Amino acid sequence: MTGHILDTFLFVALPYVCLFTFLLMTIHRYRMQSFSYSSLSSQFLENKHHFWAVVPFHYGILAVTVGHLIAFFIPRSILVWNSHPLRLYILEVSALACGLLTLIGLAGIVVRRVTTTKIRRVTTPTDWILFAMLLLQTISGVAIALFHPWGSSWFASNLTPYLWSIFKLNPEISYVAAMPHLVKAHIVLAFLTIGFFPFTRLVHLLVIPNPYLWRKPQVVRWYGRK
Amino acid sequence: MQVRSQVSMVFHLDKCIGCHTCSVACKNVWTDRKGAEYMWWNNVETKPGTGYPTKWEDQDKYQGGWKSNGNGKLDIRSTSKTKIVPNIFHNPHMPSLDDYYEPWTYDYQNLFNAPEGPDQPTAEPISMIDGEKIDVQAGPNWDDDLGGSPIYAENDPNLEGLTEQQRLQLSSVERLVFFYLPRICNHCLNPCCVASCPSGALYKRGEDGIVLIDQQKCRAWRSCVAACPYKKTYFNWFTGKSEKCILCFPRLETGQAPACFHSCVGRIRYLGVLLYDAEKLEEIAKLPDDELVEGQRSMILDPHDPAVIAEAKRNGIPDGVIESAQDSPVYRFVMDWKIALPPHIEYRTLPMLFYVPPMSPVQASKPEDTITHNSENLFHDIDDSRVPMKFLANLFGAGHEGVVRYALAKQKAVRWHRRAETVGDIDRETADRMLREADCTREEADEIYKLTSLCTFEDRFVIPPMHREQAIEMMKEPHEHREEAGFGFVGGPRRGL
Repeated sequence: MTGHILDTFLFVALPYVCLFTFLLMTIHRYRMQSFSYSSLSSQFLENKHHFWAVVPFHYGILAVTVGHLIAFFIPRSILVWNSHPLRLYILEVSALACGLLTLIGLAGIVVRRVTTTKIRRVTTPTDWILFAMLLLQTISGVAIALFHPWGSSWFASNLTPYLWSIFKLNPEISYVAAMPHLVKAHIVLAFLTIGFFPFTRLVHLLVIPNPYLWRKPQVVRWYGRK
Repeated sequence: MQVRSQVSMVFHLDKCIGCHTCSVACKNVWTDRKGAEYMWWNNVETKPGTGYPTKWEDQDKYQGGWKSNGNGKLDIRSTSKTKIVPNIFHNPHMPSLDDYYEPWTYDYQNLFNAPEGPDQPTAEPISMIDGEKIDVQAGPNWDDDLGGSPIYAENDPNLEGLTEQQRLQLSSVERLVFFYLPRICNHCLNPCCVASCPSGALYKRGEDGIVLIDQQKCRAWRSCVAACPYKKTYFNWFTGKSEKCILCFPRLETGQAPACFHSCVGRIRYLGVLLYDAEKLEEIAKLPDDELVEGQRSMILDPHDPAVIAEAKRNGIPDGVIESAQDSPVYRFVMDWKIALPPHIEYRTLPMLFYVPPMSPVQASKPEDTITHNSENLFHDIDDSRVPMKFLANLFGAGHEGVVRYALAKQKAVRWHRRAETVGDIDRETADRMLREADCTREEADEIYKLTSLCTFEDRFVIPPMHREQAIEMMKEPHEHREEAGFGFVGGPRRGL
């Protein structure tokens, strides 16, 4: 019974709290604090190791996130792909590789920040909390890939329905109740990260400069003319 | 024709004494803040020298400016549209703090707080970034007056194309030569920084052409820092925003000269409006190197031409600005006399700050045991001057000597003319011949002399009326605006929670 209450709290109450915090606070911060709506780059202060930490991390996490999103939006495609064992291996191994790339990059980022005094001066407590969360999340993700294999399949078949049930405002925790603790921890941490998102440097991923590729090279602003 | 107005500048290098008053004025007004300590929106360099940031003119290293992409279009060298996507996480050509210098102060508290001991306490240098003790290795001006020349002057990128002999001559005893190059943002017509900004935070003001960075829109992608070939946008490491020279627009709007212009001891700085044809911009920016200087001049319009005036009015340029353009000292130097040249126009940003190239020390000759400073041959003098023509051509002529030689010859002819007038040791005929050879008349020479030597504040700074008040009236009630106006940030530009 206590297990059920705990599950309800972790997989029903917490996700809604985090998702609403995310929704309200990202908008609120964009309106009120647009000045800090980016990630404070430290490349200027330290340019030797920056590339080797930041680039693997970003490409790794980008690939991993896209994988999660595909499984969320079109789970059937994943299941169809995985119907053949060889293709399943290929997907699993590349997912693990991307996870490791993320982990190595993130570890590099943290080490670089800890060891360079100049960058430590521009790192806020929020940043440290965020790095800890991301590190735990990446480690748990990689551990799941290692110890609970074929995640691409069971994510698509079990977790996607759960996540959709959250968004349909009809939460079905039976999908997650039987999951191993490691997977549960990964889910909870994911929601916590989403809830923490608007208070951190992560907001920079909402201001990806897409119009740049289509705009004219020169920008002219006129006073009092639109 | 699409007429636009641009607040433009001329720096007369022959008058610069390298006192750094401009730099200090700017620093005190704008960049004496956390995160901006290392920035010198205005700096003065010794040439030959490596400048600030170190070797900024070496575009193989910094990849600034524009380059032709082969099919008749210009691309940003550092992060063009095709290159920005894979490089968005790490800017491959971003200069770092080491390329500028680490700002420092001194631990003055130690003079008071040091425990009693056998030695006098000292104020050791400490970094203004992390507060740690530092071993100061470089500053923004460590090559001043050729200090440390084996590592600075000899690595000047403008020495490219000079013969070994010319290089040796630059630093040899009794031939040694240097001059100063004060630099601010050029407020270019085709600014690479603006074009490179992924967020579209940089913009050129339509009314006066001042290039600014919107601090609210800047998202710290740092592209502008790498893209500007003059390295005149700077990354504020504390606020995570890029910053640059704003040409003191709050001062200009109230009719005052920018702080660096106002404080210039040598009175080398001139400011005024140029009208230009914005339609020609793309075509001119693509011209071959040797046609760029002339090309840029062909964009600049004659403010006395009735057709230009009519078109300017049609394009919404106020009468006051047109009148100001007619009095512009910049137009005189750049267009009438053609003795002011844009720096490194081969970067193709079409800078609107022009330099009058400096004269070298007078070369004496020694015919028959007497040292004399007289010469019969104007062009021989110019070519024989201490600063090799090629060096100046690399700086001000995109590597081509013609325009630089023209500017120097005219200045030299003005000197001979004034010497014939006032000293009288040159006969009138020789002076006239030299004026003719330099494509100058007596009247023109007198005007150049006046605007160079006898210029008042009002002659040097012809500041156009900015008419911001009219623009405000169009949008809201002026009293309401007055209550809201201020310098932007409630609570200060802060980061973190």
